[in-house]
Amino acid sequence: MATELSATPTASERMAYRAAQELRDADVVFVGIGLPNLACNLARATHAPGLFMIYESGAVGAIPERLPVSIGDPSLVTDSLAVVGQADIFQCMLQRGLIEVGFLGGAQVDRWGNINTTVIGDYANPKVRLPGSGGACEIAVHARRLLIVMRMSKRTFVETCDFVTSPGHRVNGKSRAELGMPGGGPTRIITDLGVLDFDATGEAVLAEVYPGVTPEQVRAACGWPLRTADALRTAAEPDVSVLRLLREKLDPQRLYL
Amino acid sequence: MNKLCSMKEAIAASVTDGCSLVIDGFTHLICFAAGHEIIRQGRRNLTAIRLTPDLVYDQLIEAGAVRKLVFSWAGNPGVGSLHALRRRSEASSPERLELEEYSHFGLLSRLLAGSAGLPFWPLNNYAGGDIARVNPSIKTVTCPFTGQELAAVPALRPDVAIIHCQRADAEGNAQVWGLLGSQKEVAFAAKKVVVVAEEIVSTERIRKDPNRTLVPGIIVSHVVHEPWGCHPSFVQGFHDRDNDFYVKWEDISRQPETYRAWLEEFVHGVKDRQGYLARLETGLLDKLRAKARVCEGVDYGY
Repeated sequence: MATELSATPTASERMAYRAAQELRDADVVFVGIGLPNLACNLARATHAPGLFMIYESGAVGAIPERLPVSIGDPSLVTDSLAVVGQADIFQCMLQRGLIEVGFLGGAQVDRWGNINTTVIGDYANPKVRLPGSGGACEIAVHARRLLIVMRMSKRTFVETCDFVTSPGHRVNGKSRAELGMPGGGPTRIITDLGVLDFDATGEAVLAEVYPGVTPEQVRAACGWPLRTADALRTAAEPDVSVLRLLREKLDPQRLYL
Repeated sequence: MNKLCSMKEAIAASVTDGCSLVIDGFTHLICFAAGHEIIRQGRRNLTAIRLTPDLVYDQLIEAGAVRKLVFSWAGNPGVGSLHALRRRSEASSPERLELEEYSHFGLLSRLLAGSAGLPFWPLNNYAGGDIARVNPSIKTVTCPFTGQELAAVPALRPDVAIIHCQRADAEGNAQVWGLLGSQKEVAFAAKKVVVVAEEIVSTERIRKDPNRTLVPGIIVSHVVHEPWGCHPSFVQGFHDRDNDFYVKWEDISRQPETYRAWLEEFVHGVKDRQGYLARLETGLLDKLRAKARVCEGVDYGY
């Protein structure tokens, strides 16, 4: 049944599509719930059919038939290649170094790609209590490539995170190498306005904007003086066939779109 | 030895005021029935431990059963916050809950040490970040072989672990499939284990498929037969998660008044799990019941 389809992507659709472009066929990816999950399923349905999806809950090589509403959805088990305990996931998959790509989001991110999912305000007397790390801290330490997916605002892109839950390229003044972290750290921050890359010093710089978005708009939504890369690229956007796939097949109930 | 008893008996015999407790499960196999019975029995000052405290832990907090929470991720998965927890952990709250916080692998490592009878467990984590800064139980250790500096966390031995499973025999040999979470590590780390099962089967049936047994009966003290004891959580092969409830819970739990009214009706207002199930919307359980997806058996012969 053909339905009326708006050709303009929503912010979530842009982010899911752009994140999917980062995934290569046969990448072993540690899938988070929400947009990362959608991005992985989109990549698998298009250019990366061999994407190997591992979920923190224990599903290894999962091919969920429905969009999982949580990271522990029963649809992740059905038809998985293996289901293992969480100790195996963290020890044998993540700390062992098997994960190529990790995805994280959060309440705050800073210019070094540090992420806060713990508290807003002082730890002992927080203004807002957030869920905490879960596996995010160790994903940030161990994934060879880390993609951060977050909507951009001065409230979320902050000069300094109130709490560093998941380490980026420089934590409290020290580099990943100095701290002995095995993973590569964040490679990109995918936002609703554009994409930030990291320079050689580990600082985030604006590298791509979506069509119609100006660098000024992006800078205005950033809590630190954001630098722009020498060659600013245009971020890839989903076409109508991808939008149809996202809306009608991958997330028909619009859980995340 | 036959360890079968009612939930009421199992909780009365194992969960005491001030004890440390895990009702385990990772989205899957979370025994709400056990949490509700603990509330009904009026337990106080518990140290509640789980990687992923969720709705039932929040209900224990709201009911005043919990003094301290040891955890790594606290939320309503895919939906929102735990509101009783937030009300007792933010600067504005008068009655503060004590929190001890790790990442998943950090807390799991504490249970691994506990289950292995070791004093600590090393992990390659935490360098430079703030989790170790605010938690004095996270220390570092130098590898005696390579000189590498690693994080170290102390063994955790909870007083009681409550493990829900698909099937068990009367001795507590418990078989689990689907997401395994940290049920095995929690059970072996705990001093006392209560197994709650959807089905009680013969030991002969357990012996026919020994690889499926996650928790052996030798570490189990009580066995409870409680079908649907996990609702609104799910049990692979038995029933799906009641997602509508998790979404509705966001509204119910946001206001203390509606939260308390829910506890009155569904926990204090019923005698046991059967009473709870009887109050659910007609037809809901049928809607949630799993569609069969039976795997091919394996040959254990030799």
